[in-house]
Amino acid sequence: MIRKYFFQLIFLYLFFSKEVFAAESGGMPQLDPEFWVSQIFWLTLVFGILYIVLSKLILPKISANLELRKSQIQENIEAADKQRKNSELKLKEYDDIILKSKLESKNLFNETREKTLKNINIKRDTLEKQIDEEIKKAETEIEQLRKSAPEKINKIAIETSSEILKNLIGTEINNSSISAIVDDLYRKNGGKYYGN
Amino acid sequence: MAANPMTQFEVYRIGPEIKIGAFDISFTNASLFMIVSSLAILVIFNLGAKKNSMLPGKIQLLAELSYTFVSKMISDTAGSKAKPYFAFIFSLFMFVLFCNMFGMIPYTFTVTSHIIVTFVLAAFIFIGVTIIGFIKHGFGYLKLFVPSGVPIVLLPLIVVIEIISYLSRPISLSVRLFANMMAGHTMMKVFGGFVISLGIVGGWLPLTFSVALTGLEILVAFLQAYVFAILTCIYLNDALNLHH
Repeated sequence: MIRKYFFQLIFLYLFFSKEVFAAESGGMPQLDPEFWVSQIFWLTLVFGILYIVLSKLILPKISANLELRKSQIQENIEAADKQRKNSELKLKEYDDIILKSKLESKNLFNETREKTLKNINIKRDTLEKQIDEEIKKAETEIEQLRKSAPEKINKIAIETSSEILKNLIGTEINNSSISAIVDDLYRKNGGKYYGN
Repeated sequence: MAANPMTQFEVYRIGPEIKIGAFDISFTNASLFMIVSSLAILVIFNLGAKKNSMLPGKIQLLAELSYTFVSKMISDTAGSKAKPYFAFIFSLFMFVLFCNMFGMIPYTFTVTSHIIVTFVLAAFIFIGVTIIGFIKHGFGYLKLFVPSGVPIVLLPLIVVIEIISYLSRPISLSVRLFANMMAGHTMMKVFGGFVISLGIVGGWLPLTFSVALTGLEILVAFLQAYVFAILTCIYLNDALNLHH
């Protein structure tokens, strides 16, 4: 019911307002030429001034601002790029230095190892030589001793024999005859006792 | 009550009558709102252009966005040759936009709802574009009326149609803006009248409409300014780059 009443009201209003418009309006004010010249004059004046001020004063400033910002951003980007490149270069340098120092330390290590090895070798060689010499000396001494041993034994044998004989017989016996016997024995059995 | 919805378009004199010869150039409410709109444009854009900080403030951002918006619109539709006309199209767009927008404030006067204002703008554009076309291409500009690839038989008809369409440009351009603004404001006024006459009982429906219409009209105000500017760009494009 209320809705019906509402729409009726709207239609009623439309009907009446149409009547009112028809009575009141004298057409569109836009088509009344009374103020046309005035509007043309003021439009030309105001729009002309607006155009001149905008184009000569304001727009160049905005354009310059935009350009400046653009170039500044470009510059910053370029600077950042440069710095990045620089840092990359530095990093490379740093890596190079590390690599170089690693190589150097390796070399140094190798060198010192070789040196010490050489030293050790030299020392060992000299020691071995010394030892060899000592051994040779000892061997020659031994040889000499061995060579001289039968003579000494023979001498001892001769002396002891002569002493024993002196005590047994009581008379002095010529050493030369004893030595002849010993020599004879030595020649006969020498190989048995002093085998080489 | 039931005020005529057309009274809002009435022009009346403010101050004394000024006459130059036979012409009445009195200061009117239309003149007042032209000046108010222009002053608003100048103040806003002057503030926006004043200081250049790396991180733009609100007004500076507004000015710069408008600048790039119009600049992009021109370069998209008319190419790089239209650069010298940037300032004109920018002022035109801003003037129409601000006049439309000021008209959206209650009890104000909408400058662009008057056929004479839009017609003067459109006629100026039409004459200017025609002059530019003839300066750039000489009589070759007349080739605009002869599209390529049309059969010989149809050519006389096409040429006539093209000439009519070219000559009707200022009319269509001006009537489009004027009619849109007038129709919108009249409709809002009518719905506003409904709210009053239907009162607290039935006034809510037209009030809702009125609110929705206000949003629509703000959209139309921007759209019509944009259309006005972009059509100017298209006409300029015809004059600068003869494609036919």
